[in-house]
Amino acid sequence: MLADECSVVDDESRGREAEDRIALAGAELVLDPFGAVYLPAERALIVADLHLEKGSAFAARGVPLPPYDSRATLALLARLVERWRPRVLVLLGDTLHDRRAGARLGEVERAALAALSRGRELVFIAGNHDPDPVPELGGIHLAALNLGSLVLRHEPGAVGDGEGELSGHYHPVARLVRRGRAIRRRCFAGDARRLVLPALGAYAGGLNIRDPALAALFAGPYTAYLTGPVRTYRIAHHACVPDGRQLAG
Amino acid sequence: MTPASDHPEPDAVGELPARFLRWFEARGWAPRAHQLELLAKARAGRSTLLIAPTGAGKTLAGFLPSLVELSEGRNGPSRLHTLYISPLKALAVDVARNLERPAAEMGLPIRIETRTGDTPASRRQRQRRDPPDILLTTPEQIALLLASADAPHLFGGLTRIVLDELHALAGSKRGDLLALGLARLRALAPHVQTVGLSATVADPDTLRRWLVPQPSGEHAMGDLVVAPAGAAADLSMLDTARHLPWAGHSALHALGEMYRLITQQTTTLVFVNTRMQAELLFQELWKINELNLPIALHHGSLDVSQRRRVEAAMAEGRLKAVVCTSSLDLGIDWGNVDLVINVGAPKGSSRLMQRIGRANHRLDEPSRAVMVPANRFEVLECRAALEAVAAGAQDAKVERSGALDVLAQHVLGMACAGPFHLDELHREVTTAEPYALLSYEDFEAVVDFVATGGYALRAYERFARIRRMKDGRWRVANPAVAQQYRLNVGTIVEASMLKVRLVKAGRGGRARMGGRVLGEVEEYFVETMSPGDTFVFAGEVLEYQAIVEEEVQVVRSSSTDPKVPSYAGGKFPLSTYLAAGVRSMLASPDRWPTLPEQVADWLGMQRLRSRLPGREDLLVETFPRGGRHYLVAYPFEGRLAHQTLGMLLTRRLERARLRPLGFVANDYALAVYGISDISLAVAQGRLDLAELFDADMLGDDLEAWLAESALMKRTFRQCAIIAGLIERRFPGKEKNARQVTMSSDLVYDVLRSHEPGHVLLRAARQDAATGLLDIRRLSDMLNRIAGRIDHVPLDRVSPLAVPVMLEIGREAVFGEAAEALLAETEAELIEEAMGAGR
Repeated sequence: MLADECSVVDDESRGREAEDRIALAGAELVLDPFGAVYLPAERALIVADLHLEKGSAFAARGVPLPPYDSRATLALLARLVERWRPRVLVLLGDTLHDRRAGARLGEVERAALAALSRGRELVFIAGNHDPDPVPELGGIHLAALNLGSLVLRHEPGAVGDGEGELSGHYHPVARLVRRGRAIRRRCFAGDARRLVLPALGAYAGGLNIRDPALAALFAGPYTAYLTGPVRTYRIAHHACVPDGRQLAG
Repeated sequence: MTPASDHPEPDAVGELPARFLRWFEARGWAPRAHQLELLAKARAGRSTLLIAPTGAGKTLAGFLPSLVELSEGRNGPSRLHTLYISPLKALAVDVARNLERPAAEMGLPIRIETRTGDTPASRRQRQRRDPPDILLTTPEQIALLLASADAPHLFGGLTRIVLDELHALAGSKRGDLLALGLARLRALAPHVQTVGLSATVADPDTLRRWLVPQPSGEHAMGDLVVAPAGAAADLSMLDTARHLPWAGHSALHALGEMYRLITQQTTTLVFVNTRMQAELLFQELWKINELNLPIALHHGSLDVSQRRRVEAAMAEGRLKAVVCTSSLDLGIDWGNVDLVINVGAPKGSSRLMQRIGRANHRLDEPSRAVMVPANRFEVLECRAALEAVAAGAQDAKVERSGALDVLAQHVLGMACAGPFHLDELHREVTTAEPYALLSYEDFEAVVDFVATGGYALRAYERFARIRRMKDGRWRVANPAVAQQYRLNVGTIVEASMLKVRLVKAGRGGRARMGGRVLGEVEEYFVETMSPGDTFVFAGEVLEYQAIVEEEVQVVRSSSTDPKVPSYAGGKFPLSTYLAAGVRSMLASPDRWPTLPEQVADWLGMQRLRSRLPGREDLLVETFPRGGRHYLVAYPFEGRLAHQTLGMLLTRRLERARLRPLGFVANDYALAVYGISDISLAVAQGRLDLAELFDADMLGDDLEAWLAESALMKRTFRQCAIIAGLIERRFPGKEKNARQVTMSSDLVYDVLRSHEPGHVLLRAARQDAATGLLDIRRLSDMLNRIAGRIDHVPLDRVSPLAVPVMLEIGREAVFGEAAEALLAETEAELIEEAMGAGR
């Protein structure tokens, strides 16, 4: 019943039953409805495209957006870490919005990052916005990471036989139109070989999964897993609608 | 108040120089009393509001003092003497033309020029250097002129400011921008006189305060001249022999009768309330247009060039009728219009009177207008409007104070003009009527916002847009800031419009480029469409194909039955004044005999089956129908307030585990429907209607809803753009200008959770109170009906509930249904996939 769906929205414990478990190249993945992937076999939590300090990047060119985006993003990440208690935390690239963003991070944000790395391994994968390591943030800095049959990198690439890929970069969003209402959500986009993660950053824009650039990543049909407050929604790509315009990431 | 007689005293005429008198005589005219009175006010150095009906020579009255002074050679060379400000660019151009003629005929050595967005850059530059005697322009151009260092030179010698259609500007954000500009103009030219020109309004004192600087702590007002009213309008309601529809707004039942009226007149203006209705009615009229009469279409979404063509054809008297929206409420006088048809409910008496005035610009003959109600409730509304017009009753404007986002724009503009002291600028700003009560703290918060965003977390000091200098004055940090200001000036946010381009269907169903632009539609309208959906636009049924590079591509559709039923562009809510009229009509059965029989019968049935809404009570009916349970309430507070109420009621019913599914609202009522039996819940004491409708819903429930409300996000976006936090999007320029825009929804979410008291959120809430969410009206209603809920449990739908029930399926269903809709879509797709496998 519809009304029952609505009434459990705030009930987090029931939501966890509805976690989406999918298989990719033989590995079991759990899709967190807030937009993270958890690998139980490796106890690894993976998130993409934090774009920390995007707000201050705008401020520098005369558009003073609210300066709370980095802490909002890190607070969400802290909540995910709290939920999954991973051994490894992988940030899948574009963690920082630009090359100087590390220097602009405030003390509160630095402390939050440090707290996240405590007791676990923190892995920074290089992204196109943050190609160079920022050593003072701790952790290890890699171009890509292999975990079992999975390769983790920022931008999707060629996927070998028997291999699966986790990537970010595209900030996928899906749009549905139903009964005169348009719903636009961040989502995972995946097929049997790869899964593109949604952006986690508070100011990260989105690219529609029907956009040619994103659609070209998949040879056949693919699936959008829409994020939500309690669970993800699995929607075939053809049921999603293209966008009016795209907001730059 | 200074009443004016139509026959001027002989010595008043004596004020007029001989060549003016000769000019009047040569035309067989005599100067009107109010024209001479304005001249006398000018001589006495008084700023004055002139209230005059259309056709009374209002514009000439406004300019006469300037023309007389200029004819006496009292203006130096290259000195701007009179500034005329109009809400419409086209009106400024037209008035300039009408002014050129008497000036030329009297041989006055006067230079008259316009300045609008269309004026070539070279002429604009020359105008700064070598200004004309009279400059006719718009509020946005004034803001731009004032934001430059040469403003004192340009405006220092200004003698008079003429504000046309002041009633249309005051009370809006554009009015705020103009009021702030006036404050600066008065600072630059302390002796400048202001003349306000206005149609009749409910409260002239507000407009009178506009005309003079407001001293702190008290009110000052300009003088008032009221021209005698013209002949009373000949207004009637079309009584149809056909069956009167229960719902809907297109009045197609009266199509033949309207067509007949059009054939009988020289020129008819057919006003409707929304662009969609305009499109529909235009199509239907052409279907029965056997005489092939030239009937045209005009609304705000059509391409500008197309609108201009229609206006030009109108001016030349080549059209028999124009179907139009509020796009023609104001504008150039067309002498040949002899009938106004107002289709649908008038929604407000002031708007109706403005529209009636579009027919016949001769003062001594009545304007003729016919109202065509489209459904039964609209009959009541039209009847209330007839009475309001007969009594000359205007809608009261909702009281509001100047918007903080507009102030932010102005502060940046003033910094571009030159360094300012905080308290001096505050004093100047509070001389403007809308900002008279602006506190120093709020002003400081706005300046702080302009400088660094005004966040509690002082993260952006080094990126400040304006900075404090050693002497305490504030100035722009760098020239790029001034450039940014110029791109953002204005309060009309229309960047969310998308062009509609008609393309030919190519091979393989692929659309091709290169067709004609038909006009623009709101982006949010397009967002609810899927490729293949059909809708009516620019007089045709179109099929939506795709969005390519900021343009909506459409092809002609062979369908005659458009799939997307409603295109919301330009709906007005029912005014409080007319709502009271409708309520009082319902509560007084002795007045029903004056109503059409069908309507009186309908109300009689309601009295028999249920109850009539009382004058002050809130009637709430609950009943089952088709396996669902309904709650219908009749607040008569307009669609916007009802939508907000519907959102809040569904939340509360959900919390009470009464499983609401959604709601619909119209101007008179709202219907909430769900799975649980509401009558039973009330009977068993599980639901208390007094609690359900308690005004405390405007506390936490409202806050929780605002967090995710799309309407609130849209309101915030407009404030953020006006205030300069989000850059305007310039369609087509994104690529070359490397313009990267930020989604205002993301900004709203972050700001709301981290600094809910931020000045921009306060500005958005202030807008929400009177704008898209109409919270203030809802709040007034909830307080009024506390303890006065009249609940009637019924076993079936009541006659009065039928119209709003018919909206179900016609209008988009509201509610917090996003999660449910997603789950439903997912389940359906799974079903589809599984079914295919079986």
